[in-house]
Amino acid sequence: MKIENYMVLEFPSKSTNESFARSAVACFAAQFDPTLEELGDIRTAVSEAVTNCIVHAYPNDYGLITVRCRILKENTLDIVIKDKGVGIQDLEQARKPMFTTGGVERSGMGFTIMESFMSYFSVTSEPGKGTTVHMRRRLQRRK
Amino acid sequence: MQFTSYLQNGQLTIALTGEIDHHCAKNYITSIASKIEVYSPNICILDFQEVTFMDSSGIAVVINALRNMTNIGGRLVLSGLRNQPMKVFRTSGIDKLVEIKEAVL
Repeated sequence: MKIENYMVLEFPSKSTNESFARSAVACFAAQFDPTLEELGDIRTAVSEAVTNCIVHAYPNDYGLITVRCRILKENTLDIVIKDKGVGIQDLEQARKPMFTTGGVERSGMGFTIMESFMSYFSVTSEPGKGTTVHMRRRLQRRK
Repeated sequence: MQFTSYLQNGQLTIALTGEIDHHCAKNYITSIASKIEVYSPNICILDFQEVTFMDSSGIAVVINALRNMTNIGGRLVLSGLRNQPMKVFRTSGIDKLVEIKEAVL
């Protein structure tokens, strides 16, 4: 698939960067002239993925988070969010709604929200090496 | 994180503002818990009118507030939800556990 445009962000896993990351991706997506709902969906999904890196990938230390966005043909925004943290032992369990290892501050709904707010979602992880979340959102062509 | 709260006839209203994410959720959870503990209201209303964005951290805020209110035999009500936070609540099924009123837009 031919890439029309792209951007890459790299930042440490500090929780202040959650709002930075979702806002930056929303700004990049703005070139599609998306609807408010589409923008809200994208911001929510990015916030979930980045929060997972901050809470789970690097539990005791700060590590690197990479966000890569590409614009593909047919009005599709492609987002890859990657960490080099502890990884996920049991992906199937992690993806279950309401399952969390994050305690009472977390709801266990992160993956469920990413999955239902985006047109495509996949997660790959290797314990000790890190986790990669890949999402796509097809946006409506507006006149 | 910023919020105002007021008590009237045993009804505690807490107005949340801005964006609710993991960065500020912990403060919201503990602040709401201490307000409920201090005032022991019959009803606690979380007013979302000024909440412009919320991710799943907001679900944890509401679940904790619901637990606090259930413990003292009271009710929790959410009000003034915009579309984005409402969609997050619907996806999580929280809208079936908590009373929601005055959804705007």
